[in-house]
Order: sequence, then C-alpha cells, then structure tokens
Amino acid sequence: MSSPLPGQPVLSVRDLRVEFATRRGVLKAIDGVSFDIARGEVLGVVGESGAGKSVTGSAVIGLIEPPGRIAGGEIVLSGERIDNLPAEALRRIRGKRIGMIFQDPLTSLNPLYTVAEQLVETIRTHEDMTARQARTRAIDLLAEVGIPAPERRIDSYPHEFSGGMRQRVVIALALCAGPELIIADEPTTALDVSVQAQIITLLKKLCRDHGTAVMLVTHDMGVIAETADRVAVMYAGRIAEIGPVREVVSRPLHPYAAGLMGAIPTLDQDIGRLVQIPGSMPRLTAIPPGCAFNPRCPRVFDRCRVDRPEPIEHRPAHKVACHLYDPAERSAALEAQP
Amino acid sequence: MTAFILRRLLQSLGVLIAVALIAFLMFRFVGDPVNQMVGIDTPQAEVARLRQELGLNDPILVQIARFIANAARFEFGISYQFRLPVTQLLAERAPATLELALVSAIFSLAVGIPMGVYTALRRDSALAKAFQAVSLIGVSLPTFLIGILLIYLFAVTLGWLPSFGRGQVVRLGSGWSTGLLTVSGLKALILPSITLGLFQMTLIMRLVRAEMLEVLRTDYIKFARARGLKTRAIHFGHALKNTLVPVITIAGLQLGSIIAFAIITETVFQWPGMGLLFLKAVQSVDIPIMAAYLMMIGFLFVVINLVVDLLYALVDPRLRATIGSA
Repeated sequence: MSSPLPGQPVLSVRDLRVEFATRRGVLKAIDGVSFDIARGEVLGVVGESGAGKSVTGSAVIGLIEPPGRIAGGEIVLSGERIDNLPAEALRRIRGKRIGMIFQDPLTSLNPLYTVAEQLVETIRTHEDMTARQARTRAIDLLAEVGIPAPERRIDSYPHEFSGGMRQRVVIALALCAGPELIIADEPTTALDVSVQAQIITLLKKLCRDHGTAVMLVTHDMGVIAETADRVAVMYAGRIAEIGPVREVVSRPLHPYAAGLMGAIPTLDQDIGRLVQIPGSMPRLTAIPPGCAFNPRCPRVFDRCRVDRPEPIEHRPAHKVACHLYDPAERSAALEAQP
Repeated sequence: MTAFILRRLLQSLGVLIAVALIAFLMFRFVGDPVNQMVGIDTPQAEVARLRQELGLNDPILVQIARFIANAARFEFGISYQFRLPVTQLLAERAPATLELALVSAIFSLAVGIPMGVYTALRRDSALAKAFQAVSLIGVSLPTFLIGILLIYLFAVTLGWLPSFGRGQVVRLGSGWSTGLLTVSGLKALILPSITLGLFQMTLIMRLVRAEMLEVLRTDYIKFARARGLKTRAIHFGHALKNTLVPVITIAGLQLGSIIAFAIITETVFQWPGMGLLFLKAVQSVDIPIMAAYLMMIGFLFVVINLVVDLLYALVDPRLRATIGSA
C-alpha cells in the first residue's frame, strides 16, 4: 500500500474517457477529463445533469456498470494506477482507500440490516478485526459523525433514523476503513436545507481531521462555494473550467461558467430577473463539433464551431477550455480592433 | 404485536363465516339432497321424515346457525354417498394430500429459488436462458397435460416410476398414513409432486428473478459495492434477503393453492387424497363433502395468510415496527 508522498496528489485523473455502447451507437459520457485532488483538498464538480459529474465519480471508484466502460485515460490513486486493476483488486480498494457517499440516504442503507450489522460487515471486510473490535470501532465512528448515544443507536434499523441522521450513518460507512479519498455524489441534494449545512460542515471537519481528499459532485453552487477549495465546471462530458473556488465563482472565465454563476440568485442584489443560459445542454448523441457549448455561447466565433478547445492555463492553477483565452486569438482580436 | 394478532384473528373469523355462508348456500341450490339419498320407490312419508330429520324444514337462519355451529366443531354431517361422517372421510384422506402438497412445495421452493437467483445473476449465460425457456413451458402447460406427459415418459416408456396410487403406506399412530417411509411410497410421490409443483416452481423462479434484478438496481446494493463488500456477501446476503420478502407472501399463498388445486393432479395419478374425494363428491352431488372441503380450504388459506403476515414481520424490521405499535 502506497501512502501519498508529499506533494503527490491523492487522485490524479488523466484524459479519462467513458463510453456507453447503446443501440444508437457509442455515447461519450466523459471525453478527455483531467484533474488532480491533493491531500485534504475538496474539489467541487459542478454542471447540469448529464454533464458527466456522477459518471466521473463512478469511474474513479470503478463502478461503471455495463454497457458503460472506461475507454481511455488513467486514474492514479496516490501514485498507483487503478483503472486497469482486476476486479478483485479494485474491490479491495473500494471502501478501503476510496469511500463513496450517495445522494439519497433514505435508499442507501439496506433496510433489513441494523446499522451495527452494516458497519461491522464493512469494517471486517477491510480490516482484520474481531466482531467485538469492529463494533467498538463502529460506535466510535458513529460518535465521530455526530450521532447521539451511539452505543444505543447502533442496533437500530435505518428506518428508525431521520434523513440527516441516516446520511451521517452513510458517511460513517464511507469512512469505515479510513479512506484517502471520498467521492460524495450530491450528498446534500435529498436533505432539508438546515440539515444540508450540518452535513456539509461535518464532511468538511472530517476531511480536515483525517486529511482526506474529497471529490464533491453537486449542482448546488452554494454548497461548492462554502465547501470546496477548487471547483471544476463540467459541460457535455468535458471540463470547461477548473480553478480555485473564489476565482471561478467571482471571476469566471468560460462563458458557460459565467452563465452558471450569473444564474445564482443573490439576496443583496435585486436584479429582477435571473440570468439564464439560452438553450439546453446537447444530447450525448449529438454533441456539436468544435466546442460543445458553441450553439449557446454569447461570444461564439468561427473557430468555436470547428476546433475543439483544449484546457489552457490562463491564470496560475486556473484552466479554461475556451478559444477566447488562446493567446493567439487574443493578439488577432486586438489587431482587428481599430 | 398481540393487538395485531388479535385483529388478524378477528378478520380471519369474518372470512371464515363468509365462506361458511357460501358453503351453506350449496345445500339450498345444488339440487335437493333428499332426492339424492332416496330411491324412486321410497314412500312419500319416508321422504318427509328424512327431511325433518335433516332439519331441512327449519327456518333458514336456524339452518345457517346450525351449520356454522357444527362447522366450528368440525362436524359437517354424514356423506350422502358413503353414509359416513364427512370429517372422518376427509381425515382419512388428508395425509395423502398434505404429503403430496408438502413435497410439491418443497420441490418448488428448493428448485425455484436457486433457479431464480441464478437467472438473475447470470442473465446472459446459456443455462439461464434455458431455465427461462423451461419456465415458460412450466407456466403455460396445463397441469393435467404435464402429468400425462410425465406418466407417458417415466411410467409407460421407461417404466421407472409408478403411474398411479400412493405405493405402500405405513400407519403412524392412530390416523396418519405416510408414504414417506417406504421406497415404493417415495417413488410414487415423485411424478405427482413434480406435476403439482412445476407451475409453482416456475412462478417462484420468475418472481425471484424479477425481484432480484429489481433489488440489484437499488441504491443500497450500489452503496454496498462502493464499500467494497465481497460479491458473494452482496448477492447472497444483502440482495437475496431483500428479494425473499415479497417471495414469502407469494410462496405462502401458493402453498394454499397447491393443496386446493391438488384435485387435478390427484385425478390424473389416482392419488387417494382429499381432491379425489372432492371430485367424486361433485359427481354424485355429495354436498356435505363439498361444503366441508370448501370450509377446509378456506380455513387453510386464512391460517396460511396469518402465518405469512407474521413471517413478514420476522423478516422485515420496518413492518415489525408498524405491527408492534398497532
């Protein structure tokens, strides 16, 4: 087992491509996605539904269901390539080194087993422990995720907990074996707003305490702004923009990211109507050539319709896949101005 | 919990009284029992005496009350045809039917559940597809045809198994004759059990398959995978247990229908059980036997339903909570 060297990212995804073979041809759900997550860092992944956020998460943990498959690229966990591992080796990594939290805590837990049974089973799958030791560990975990009177509550069934409490149990299950990376797929979407904040605070605290890296998939910009260190904006299976959360939120580069940020309502400004991006995201079967966003882009020009933009490091650690920021285009545009 | 059982018992009682009313109605509308019992040359006075003796001249409500009161004491009168108490006739034949039904039920569950699990887990394998094809035959072929085909193959052509009867039976205690203890009795059980259980087996197989596929798509199975649990633990621990919750209900109800619909199989194999007795009773309008049989099947279904409900609570903690607080 390799522990991450200083400076080495916990997760490094390089040019990942995921395809789904369907009757109407091959769908490219993810097409050339690259990003890193450092130890203790929270990377937010945002985008509309169908942009490939969740598929990216499933690909990292090796749970792409057929007919989907990883068609190319590399997934490296603390220096070790994991996307080409055999199924059994990958299973050992799941839960042990990568934890995953799902959207709906009401359906994530098996209704027929007590919380204790599910925790102990997961702990003993990954750690060489007796049932008694595992139970002690499980109670500690429940206490850590903020479940009151865990030694009593542990023998309850999932339906005896509220939604927020269940999501805490889910987090405890994901943390069982002390993973290096947690993939949280819309962890707060199904919860009340007041509970959302608690869960986000909990997640942040746990990651700070354990130095766990987090990939936080959501479409809630508020959650991202509160939680993430960096954010990746996805569109039609590609990363449009990735950079520090403060910069992306306040000074977005990509026209799509700008539109997304403009669509967030704020209380302190009364702008009457919310800005919206015209049109909708293309179907994966009909991604336009060039930049996938070009039919909706307010600043589209000829090159966008033929040439697919690659990520450019426009500012330090802030990349954008848009021709507007290509230095060559810039000088050409400046020359064209009188 | 006690309140729940009590309420269910009351409901069951209501169902049984309704069944009793229907059984009673047969006396009124399925021919005149007295005509069945007397000959052409019986004097009119004798007919009238019999009518009085059977209580057929009493007001209808009195007759209903008497019927229900007797039924509650398992007394269904004297068979017109055999001139013996119906209860005794049914009790003599019950072991044959119950053993047949039990073996059929065990066969259908022991074969149907593994086949269902296999076809769900290995959807694309050749064997799973073969199971699916066979199950289609099982649900679509009528029972008597399956019986006849099995007799033709294994009894007539190959001569391995007997084509009719129970074989040699052993008496256990006072009333129970069993075919489970002799080789010929066991051999005689094979074909009728398969015939009777085949439909249920394919039904259970298809149900288990559908449920299992459904469960495998749920979030908690995905989450179990994401926690790195072993495939075996996910399939046979998490998924199978959830699959069996609805299967219990269907299997329970099927046990009732196995007993109730053993009539056809018993006829094909000349199996000396209650079904065959019932069929003979229908042919000779032996209403006390028909009424008693109806009551007995109703009773069986009610008991099975009650057991299934309690079993449900045992398996599913969510129901345990609702039942417990009821």
